[in-house]
Amino acid sequence: MADVRYTKDHEWIRVEGSVGTVGITDYAQSQLGDVVFVEVPEPGRTLEQGKESAVVESVKAASEIYAPVSGEVLEGNQALVEDPALVNSAAEGDGWFYTLRIADPAQLDGLMDAAAYKDYVEGLH
Amino acid sequence: MTGASETLKRTPLHALHVELGARMVPFAGYDMPVQYPAGILKEHQHTRARAGLFDVSHMGQVRLVGDDPAAALESLVPGDIRGLKPGRMRYTLFLDERGGILDDLMVTNAGDHLFLVVNAARKAHDIAHLRDRLAGRAAVEPLDDAALMALQGPDAAGVLARFVPEAATMAFMSHLPAVFDGIPVVLTRSGYTGEDGFEISCAAADAEAIARSLLASPEVEAIGLGARDSLRLEAGLCLYGHDITEETTPVEAALEWTLSKRRREEANFPGAAVILKQLAEGAARRRVGLRPEGRQPAREGAGIADADGRAIGTVTSGGFGPTVNAPVAMGYVESAHAAPDTPVQLMVRGKPLAARVTAMPFVPQRYYRG
Repeated sequence: MADVRYTKDHEWIRVEGSVGTVGITDYAQSQLGDVVFVEVPEPGRTLEQGKESAVVESVKAASEIYAPVSGEVLEGNQALVEDPALVNSAAEGDGWFYTLRIADPAQLDGLMDAAAYKDYVEGLH
Repeated sequence: MTGASETLKRTPLHALHVELGARMVPFAGYDMPVQYPAGILKEHQHTRARAGLFDVSHMGQVRLVGDDPAAALESLVPGDIRGLKPGRMRYTLFLDERGGILDDLMVTNAGDHLFLVVNAARKAHDIAHLRDRLAGRAAVEPLDDAALMALQGPDAAGVLARFVPEAATMAFMSHLPAVFDGIPVVLTRSGYTGEDGFEISCAAADAEAIARSLLASPEVEAIGLGARDSLRLEAGLCLYGHDITEETTPVEAALEWTLSKRRREEANFPGAAVILKQLAEGAARRRVGLRPEGRQPAREGAGIADADGRAIGTVTSGGFGPTVNAPVAMGYVESAHAAPDTPVQLMVRGKPLAARVTAMPFVPQRYYRG
């Protein structure tokens, strides 16, 4: 069964074996508003945990998406590049940004589970 | 230390914004709605398709009273104010002695006084400036207990005419004291979206009743500051503090049309020497429209480079234009690069984004021409 983890910067990563799928949370998309442009990383690019991995632009502002864990990009979501509004309609589903091969699974231990992330978001209000 | 939200001022429509589910943000010292649940994109499109209601009560409303307030005001602005007929209004600029723009404003000849609407962030400055410079010539009376709303869009006139029939045939850039459901209001046929529309000034206590009546019309939705910004950007209109500042002149800002013929001839407005020289010889830089290729927006602060990568300017406003359905921006470039269709590069997160200089507005203006 897939395990989903969350960052304080509102990214999620769904882990299946050594492969992670990364996106932004529904809370994040609701804060961003209407998304009009995304930039996803090229396959083969090496990402470092906490560093910029993708870009999302809403009508209002540009935001950077940070890598939840280090790893090598396997695939960017071209459907999302074609239709950036998928972030708004399906942030934690079809609106994923990229998949990566996780370099160090131990980094996942430092991320929040769903319950902890829910508490974290509630604490922001 | 107290939280910023505790010191923010509120407009008379604050409770209504909260009731409508607005996301409130600090803007120019006020707690203002940046968007409602529909979101900026839908609010923007609704305004262009039907009608949008904006709370602009944070802006400064000022009466200028005296024997000849128009002559007095002309000592601070380059517009023909004395030639403004009763009931007519115009856009003008407060200038400093270097020709820099201190603020942009609307001036109405309201008969026995001039009525000024100035930017929220410059309200305190402008009032102090007026009092200082016009002392003994005109009294400066800020309307502190007033609200201001804008009703903008192709259906604005039809909606407003249900309450104020005379509104339907008001001329563009004219003013009319009127009665709305028994409430005294002052209407102007003006706005800052590029659409036909009105601004409605009223007493603070009456604002909510008027807003609720307008919002009850099926054509009208509440619109926040986010869409106000994207609408004015598509219309090619300047945002003070961004596209025009004390460091930009009317010629650099492509606002020569605000320099009235008589005032140019008299050359007696602040900064006239600098501005008239630029008008004759051209300025070193110029505000232009920019259209990035592709979908990625370039925002305020992005550098502008020529085709060879040499820095030639800076983006002052930029974002996604929902009606254009593409990114749009404006900024200043060296005048040699200001012609429409000139290829440029916008530096976005360290990477060059191909763009072209383009004429503004980005969407056709649809003001009422009778």
